[in-house]
Amino acid sequence: MSLLVLEDVGKEFGAIRALSNVSLTIQPGEVVGLMGDNGAGKSTLVKIIAGNFKPSHGRVHFDGREVHFSKPVDAREVGIEVVYQDLALADNLTAAANVFLGRELKRRIGPFSFLDHAAMNQRTAALFRELKSETRPDDVVRAMSGGQRQAVAIARTRLARAKLILMDEPTAAISVRQVAEVLDLIRRLKDAGIAVILISHRMPDVFSVCERVVVMRRGSKVADKPIGQSSPEEVTALITGAKEAA
Amino acid sequence: MNDVSHVSGVQAADTGDFANVGRTQWWRRGFFASQTAYVAVALIVIMVIMSVLSSAFLSPGNLANVAKNFSFVGIVTLGVTLVIITGGIDLSVGSTMALSAITCAIVMQKVSGTGLDAVPLAGMIVSILCGLGVALLIGLSNGLLIAKVGLSPFVTTLGMLSIVRGLAYAVTEGRGQAPTGPDVNTFYELTDGNLAGVPVAVIYLLVLAAILSLVLHHTAFGRHVFALGGNEKAAALTGISVDRVKIAVYVLSSLSAGFAGILMVGWLGSAPANLATGYELTIIAAAVIGGANLTGGVGGPAGAVIGALLIEVIRNGLVLAGINAYWQIVLVGGIIILAVLVDRLRTLRMTP
Repeated sequence: MSLLVLEDVGKEFGAIRALSNVSLTIQPGEVVGLMGDNGAGKSTLVKIIAGNFKPSHGRVHFDGREVHFSKPVDAREVGIEVVYQDLALADNLTAAANVFLGRELKRRIGPFSFLDHAAMNQRTAALFRELKSETRPDDVVRAMSGGQRQAVAIARTRLARAKLILMDEPTAAISVRQVAEVLDLIRRLKDAGIAVILISHRMPDVFSVCERVVVMRRGSKVADKPIGQSSPEEVTALITGAKEAA
Repeated sequence: MNDVSHVSGVQAADTGDFANVGRTQWWRRGFFASQTAYVAVALIVIMVIMSVLSSAFLSPGNLANVAKNFSFVGIVTLGVTLVIITGGIDLSVGSTMALSAITCAIVMQKVSGTGLDAVPLAGMIVSILCGLGVALLIGLSNGLLIAKVGLSPFVTTLGMLSIVRGLAYAVTEGRGQAPTGPDVNTFYELTDGNLAGVPVAVIYLLVLAAILSLVLHHTAFGRHVFALGGNEKAAALTGISVDRVKIAVYVLSSLSAGFAGILMVGWLGSAPANLATGYELTIIAAAVIGGANLTGGVGGPAGAVIGALLIEVIRNGLVLAGINAYWQIVLVGGIIILAVLVDRLRTLRMTP
């Protein structure tokens, strides 16, 4: 059964058509690269999946049921998590505090409930081990590398038992070694049966971890094919419009 | 929701030691690396020097004086530190101290001679609750304007500073209000008395600091306060109710000011309309000297107490040395800049 099915989804902002009749299917555990130039409709599409926007028309199915998200929390509840480009971490807190932010584990002592630091650190350490990331739960995020920050952001989504993770330009502003680390993290997610939509401008990243590539141009999907049947040259041509569709 | 049992089966073996990730030395982490620790050391050094230079410094009378003076400022600094950690500021605390003090004294005057006299302590309890109630309303107004309407904390509380101070003068027509009534002696015991030789104000301060420390480091609310100061957008994305946390910190800040104001009534024996004028600057200075960062995300009760004590000890030292009171104001400003400068130099050194 497909995890996510978009049927003829479109979005208009007043007279401006940001997205026209896009259909897209994502299987469980599939890693799909979403590419396109600025303004091609990538963000609009992602924001519809993440619950930021309601589609003007079309239908969205997730996990076999039709869904209508009116806010990001609705999407999160069914198992869709977003890793934001700026990672949305609080720099002054530890890794464990960030992973559990807003859903802290607590222990009740009489009428009061206190944070269960040990349990949160332990679970965070387990998540980092699973992601094979060299990140310590009690280190402060401010002192971390870009790759470690990604691990913290991804560990957050693992905690929520996400089925689909949308990653917005995760490798945009980090060093070469850290890019390799992040791509490894994506492979671990796939191994754990989690589907990933990777929004990226970086051709090498998409071609090294994704099984499929979806290309958007001017609000429409112009290509959707297995990565083995495409090439960076073809994708570039599709993004720029040198090639109409594939 | 928090079920991660699917990963907890992994062996808990190699938690600590990574080959390529170095651990920072202990003295560069945690409390030892904080501005609070540096200021604590400075405080001890200054106190040792002063006790050598002046025999009067360690006299019981002088110590009690220092202890009381700094407790009022310290209690409010605890509340303001909370606001500063979220990245906000509260300039209205000095005025709030005055209006709460005045309300408490006036209500005590008004209820004495009424039926409440028959019930032991009822008059005093009602007046203290009224004083704190006024503080709560001020804090709630600040919080609602900042969180719900989206006004800047600086401007909102600056306006509130003026409104509340004006009310304090208008209500009293400039005349000081003395607490009266059957419970007045108990009131003085509770606000200006001693417990085992220690002024009660110091005990209130230390108890409140301990509670705040517990709340900040061991409750979800405390963690959300830090998260707001670290990255407000991220805090909102994780589903934290940002507005509620903000309103709560402004209410707590005002309540701490109201409480300190009521203690000052006991100390002075009267609530003048110009009570605690200009205290907001000393209080914010104490928080900043103690290590709270005005950009948010950093601060704590230990720093608030140490910062307030440092300012008072230096002020007291200048008095003992017979230096003109006007120079004290200059020096406090100098210390603030020095404390922030030291912190800046330290972080520069630590950045690789």
